[in-house]
Amino acid sequence: MGAIDKKKLLDILQDDCRISHEQIALMLGQDVETVKSAIKEMEDERIILKYPALINPEKLGDDTVTAMIDVKVVPQRDVGFDQVAERIYRYPEVRSVFLMSGGYDLSVVIEGRTMKEVALFVAQKLAVLEHVQSTATHFVLKRYKKDGVIYDEKEEDYRLQVSP
Amino acid sequence: MMKKPMEEYLNPTIVNLPPSGIRRFFDLVANTKGVISLGVGEPDFITPWHIREACFYALERGYTMYTSNFGTPELRKEIAKYAAKRYHVEYEPLSEILITVGASEAVDLAMRAMLRPGEEVLVPEPSYVSYAPTVTMAGGVPVGVPTYVKDDFQLTVEALEQKVTGNTKMLVLCYPNNPTGAIMTRPELEAIAQFAEKHDLLVLADEIYAELTYEGSHVSFPSIAGMKDRTILINGFSKSHAMTGWRVGYVCGNKEFVAQMTKIHQYTMLCAPIMGQMAALEALRNGEAEKERMVDQYDQRRRFVVGRFNEMGLTCFNPRGAFYAFPSISVTGLSSDAFCEKLLAEEKVAVVPGTAFGQSGEGFIRVSYASSLANLTAAMDKMEAFVKRCQKRQAS
Ligand SMILES: Cc1ncc(COP(=O)(O)O)c(C=O)c1O
Repeated sequence: MGAIDKKKLLDILQDDCRISHEQIALMLGQDVETVKSAIKEMEDERIILKYPALINPEKLGDDTVTAMIDVKVVPQRDVGFDQVAERIYRYPEVRSVFLMSGGYDLSVVIEGRTMKEVALFVAQKLAVLEHVQSTATHFVLKRYKKDGVIYDEKEEDYRLQVSP
Repeated sequence: MMKKPMEEYLNPTIVNLPPSGIRRFFDLVANTKGVISLGVGEPDFITPWHIREACFYALERGYTMYTSNFGTPELRKEIAKYAAKRYHVEYEPLSEILITVGASEAVDLAMRAMLRPGEEVLVPEPSYVSYAPTVTMAGGVPVGVPTYVKDDFQLTVEALEQKVTGNTKMLVLCYPNNPTGAIMTRPELEAIAQFAEKHDLLVLADEIYAELTYEGSHVSFPSIAGMKDRTILINGFSKSHAMTGWRVGYVCGNKEFVAQMTKIHQYTMLCAPIMGQMAALEALRNGEAEKERMVDQYDQRRRFVVGRFNEMGLTCFNPRGAFYAFPSISVTGLSSDAFCEKLLAEEKVAVVPGTAFGQSGEGFIRVSYASSLANLTAAMDKMEAFVKRCQKRQAS
């Protein structure tokens, strides 16, 4: 049987985390207990953080606005960018924060009800933070693909129904 | 006004060819709405994007013409490299490799170029549907050689010895096998090689599923000592790179054989489609990662489906290649045909009767796991319910 392949296990869960442990066990040629304990272990280690659903907000008629903000930061002795990043990611409006290579330092994703709300948040909370040099706000206009999923693609099967 | 009955204008060899066992079932399925079909003999994946994109680029540059009858030299060189590296067989790209319109054409060319009237060809059963008819159309005589579940559907020398005659010319090998998923390992192939040597037979090795081998690694028949000269090796891109609709395959062999096959190809096809050849070149050069991703998916589905069959009482030997499971349906007390028809009517799940691939497929069904996990899960649940119902009916 061999040790469980955690990478494959995670690939399966990332594609569809509702698949039963029994089914995963069959797919990986492991027993159910091994699968359960591997998942539990990765949850405890916070390798697996959460099991969210991927939704298409446009279909929902949800007009929440999303913006990506490029933030330039003056790094600080000993803590580098981490302290500023934390000052930013603590805000619930902030969905993601990444440290980037290239022309700016932090990429911040913000959601708000209106463009104005987001713009005000940037002006009043982000731009004024100590060590933040500058910000540039880009609003998302349309989503094509996220996490490997194309938003507007139906899974059509064009094959003949029976073939040799 | 024609003077004779229609049939008299037709070639009796063709009129008497049995229609494909799949045809009738195809019509049944086509007339049923909302079917989950596990009856499909091709990948559910769409050709990887980089391959499609390479084809667009080729079209933009104006590659829309005939190629050499043999196929483009670039593609033949790439195939030679691939065969050497992956399967340890060396072919001279410009004289020993011919690009064909799918492996299908290659099978036909081999039969027509090699067979004389009345010569016999050993065809393992159950097997892919086109060998016996192409033998017949070439004027040869197909001779079925049964394989059995007790041998994991591997071909045995014992079964071959019972069917070989002084008139036998060729042996067909199709491993990994459609419809059983059986593979042959090196020692087993070595025994077959001795048999071929003993009776001085040609071997047609259709290795189109070679890349879809999940346990152990594929052994190419011509890589076995002494076999290269008597082997006609057939392969293609349909299964490994999800390229069924592109119609490209190839045949490798002794240059005398390839020259004769090329003559037929030249007069009937001229060449394989250039778009397909361009796409196949991209598949060989840059397709490894995408291919591995697909193989991984098939492998997980394979374990799942085989596991579910064994749990529900349809005992299923472990298919180590291709994308088919071939479980026994004996617990239901139904024939293959009846099982498939009832399953379709009652649960709207389509699978193919084992008998579509030869009489020794009776008592089995072919289930293709080239289908999404969601489809497979739903279909397995339905089949389990169906099997339970059959068993209950049988008991009462
Ligand atoms: C064993 C076998 N050989 C050959 C073929 C035909 O392949 P191609 O698409 O290359 O003509 C198939 C297709 O189902 C097959 O299963």
